[in-house]
Amino acid sequence: MDFTFTDDQLTFREAVSRFLMTEAAPERLREIWDTDTGRSPELRKNIAEQGLTALSVPEDCGGLGMDDVAWALMTQELGYYALPDSLADAAYVAAGLITALPAGTASREEWLSRIAEGSIRIAVGHPVNPLVADANPANLLLLADGDAVHAVPREQVEVEANPSIDLSRRLARVRWTPAAATLIADGESGRALWAQTLNRGVLSAAGQLLGLAQRMLDLSVDYVAQRKQFGKSIGSFQAVKHHLADVATKIEFAKPVLYRAAYALAHGEAGVDARVSHAKLACGEAAWLAARHGIQVHGAMGYTWEVDLQMFMKRAWALDASWGDRGFHKARVADAILVEGAALGPGHTFEE
Amino acid sequence: MDLAYTPRQKAFREEVRAWLAANLPREPLASYDTREGFEQHREWESKLFDARLSMVIWPEALGGRGCDLIEWLIFEEEYYGAGAPMRVNQNGQLLLGPTLIEFGTEEQKARFLPRMASSEDMWAQGWSEPNAGSDMAAITSKAILSADGTHYVVNGQKTWSTRASFADWLFGLFRSDPGSSRHHGLSYLAVPLDAPGVTIRPIQALNGKQAFAEIFFDDVKVPVENRIGDEGQGWHVAMATAGFERGLLLRSPARFQYTARKLVELYKANRELADRDPSIRDAVIEAWTGTEAYALSAYHTVGRLAKGARIGAEASTNKIYWSELDLKMHETAMRILGPFAELTGDAPEAVEAARWLDGFLFAQAGPIYAGTNEIQRNIIAERMLGLPK
Ligand SMILES: Cc1cc2nc3c(=O)[nH]c(=O)nc-3n(C[C@H](O)[C@H](O)[C@H](O)COP(=O)(O)OP(=O)(O)OC[C@H]3O[C@@H](n4cnc5c(N)ncnc54)[C@H](O)[C@@H]3O)c2cc1C
Repeated sequence: MDFTFTDDQLTFREAVSRFLMTEAAPERLREIWDTDTGRSPELRKNIAEQGLTALSVPEDCGGLGMDDVAWALMTQELGYYALPDSLADAAYVAAGLITALPAGTASREEWLSRIAEGSIRIAVGHPVNPLVADANPANLLLLADGDAVHAVPREQVEVEANPSIDLSRRLARVRWTPAAATLIADGESGRALWAQTLNRGVLSAAGQLLGLAQRMLDLSVDYVAQRKQFGKSIGSFQAVKHHLADVATKIEFAKPVLYRAAYALAHGEAGVDARVSHAKLACGEAAWLAARHGIQVHGAMGYTWEVDLQMFMKRAWALDASWGDRGFHKARVADAILVEGAALGPGHTFEE
Repeated sequence: MDLAYTPRQKAFREEVRAWLAANLPREPLASYDTREGFEQHREWESKLFDARLSMVIWPEALGGRGCDLIEWLIFEEEYYGAGAPMRVNQNGQLLLGPTLIEFGTEEQKARFLPRMASSEDMWAQGWSEPNAGSDMAAITSKAILSADGTHYVVNGQKTWSTRASFADWLFGLFRSDPGSSRHHGLSYLAVPLDAPGVTIRPIQALNGKQAFAEIFFDDVKVPVENRIGDEGQGWHVAMATAGFERGLLLRSPARFQYTARKLVELYKANRELADRDPSIRDAVIEAWTGTEAYALSAYHTVGRLAKGARIGAEASTNKIYWSELDLKMHETAMRILGPFAELTGDAPEAVEAARWLDGFLFAQAGPIYAGTNEIQRNIIAERMLGLPK
């Protein structure tokens, strides 16, 4: 029993953090927000050069074969820097789905190699999300027709942009007609693929929410230490301290929930749905509290466009209901714990 | 990350489970806040001790098992999962015990620890005074070393001392340098409660029981051998073991997970009524998610400790977390029970002998004792986040 990360995993996380600190600095984020596409080919190129597009791709397709547990660290960094790119959608969520296709499925190896080298953008249209993120700049879309999974080239879909308050999120309504040529899985195997994809998407959003929560806490701590009123820094006032202590506590108890969910997913555990939904709820609540208390301790500054906090708050507000809103996830947890014979209570945290 | 238990850990779990199944009291014990219940719990503790299960993390030489913290978590899961009695001597075993192991002389360890593990000696804590609550450094009770250096003469008053009406010993902080103030000049002493000059006045708690007491010291002679750590270093001794492990030891996840499981059962049995208020279902779900998160955090932290990590002020998040969670779970149970929630244990129509009401009352104290949650928030802000004083 060892519920910790290896030194390698932690070192990797640090390296990603150092890379994003410069590549996705708030000034860069603002520049990219201002562009039409909301995406920077240069940023994507740098990400690919760092090998980050190759993390999940199996080694025989040119990737690093990392699992969900590594992504639980990686997605926190993506959130912390509010990366203005849908990296996790292709490199984690889509890569996971494609990897799970039977070997020999047409184009499987080609797509995976292209994900690894960063030369393809793949959008994932899971039915839990009414709108598809990054449908417009995508080369390929993975779309659902009931249980069936289709891989549809961008030219074959009609895309209508739906702007989000988070200018890094580029959402679209996608209209398309299922065809035999785009079908890659259906029936039982399609259902299984979508179920796994859902959990990966949820975990990715959860990790980003947790990273966002930590960023908003850090920004707030910096701000309240430096801002002075009544002759002293506002961080010395107890009401302000307690706001931020509550955020720290929420974060502290969301982290291990995320890690447990990632492990359940990586190991195909039976109770994975409830674990993943729990992670989404815990991380979402932490992020929303960090946003609310964050803006409160910033005063009017927090309500401005100029102060960086807004970019992180908006991502948090948006991601909370992506890949299933709280009602969806509470229902999944309820399904697991309210059934007859559910394994609950002491001794069931790691074993059914 | 490897979330499988080792064969050794599994075998230990089985052993504890089998022992509890064979030895648990058939009838629930009376409340340990009564004399009768206190002695019943003492008897239970001695049975645990004979099986070397009372202090599994202590070394074998002290009557323990030398378990690591993962094994200890397993023990707790089995213990509370089986609905076993509350641990009546936990203030001694979990608070003073680790302090003695770290700061006690060999003579003190031999004298105190085995009798503590077996609960032949029951311990009460003496920190709080009428004017030293959250501000513990305002302690004024004095312990003045005699001219021949053989004993201290203790005068003053302690209060809120849990189960001191029934206990044998008290440990606490006393001002040994009369000219000192705040954190300086305090010494950590063990005082026998039957010593001449000790007067114990029970305080009736919210639940009508003598859950704590005031203690008056009138020229009480305490041998110098009863000082733990150096003269004047009492604050340091008291704080050194006040960190994560102690916080976790005192409130392991399992007891809250047990409460969550009971709450889910209560909800399921009363679903039709409960669902008229949709927020109840939410709160029941949160009982499970909240207690799981607490357990996961414990395993994560224990793993990091084993790898040599140091746990600092993050520990203060624990206290806030479990106490608010426990309160919320009991509030939810009260809401599910509706008009039956107020019935006391002797009411013919009491549900589950009023265990939820009893738990609800005690849960009110969680955010107050062991450092109020406001104080914990101050600590998190100042020491974990680095905000100015
Ligand atoms: C069930 C129970 C068992 C106990 N057992 C023991 C025991 O065995 N031994 C023992 O020594 N003590 C024991 N205590 C006492 C406990 O440690 C104190 O109650 C606690 O430290 C708070 O002190 P106080 O009651 O004097 O409250 P006060 O310190 O007067 O606090 C009252 C309120 O003011 C707030 N407050 C005070 N200072 C600050 C500050 N700086 N910032 C923000 N808010 C502040 C508090 O948070 C609280 O809300 C027990 C208490 C209870 C309820």
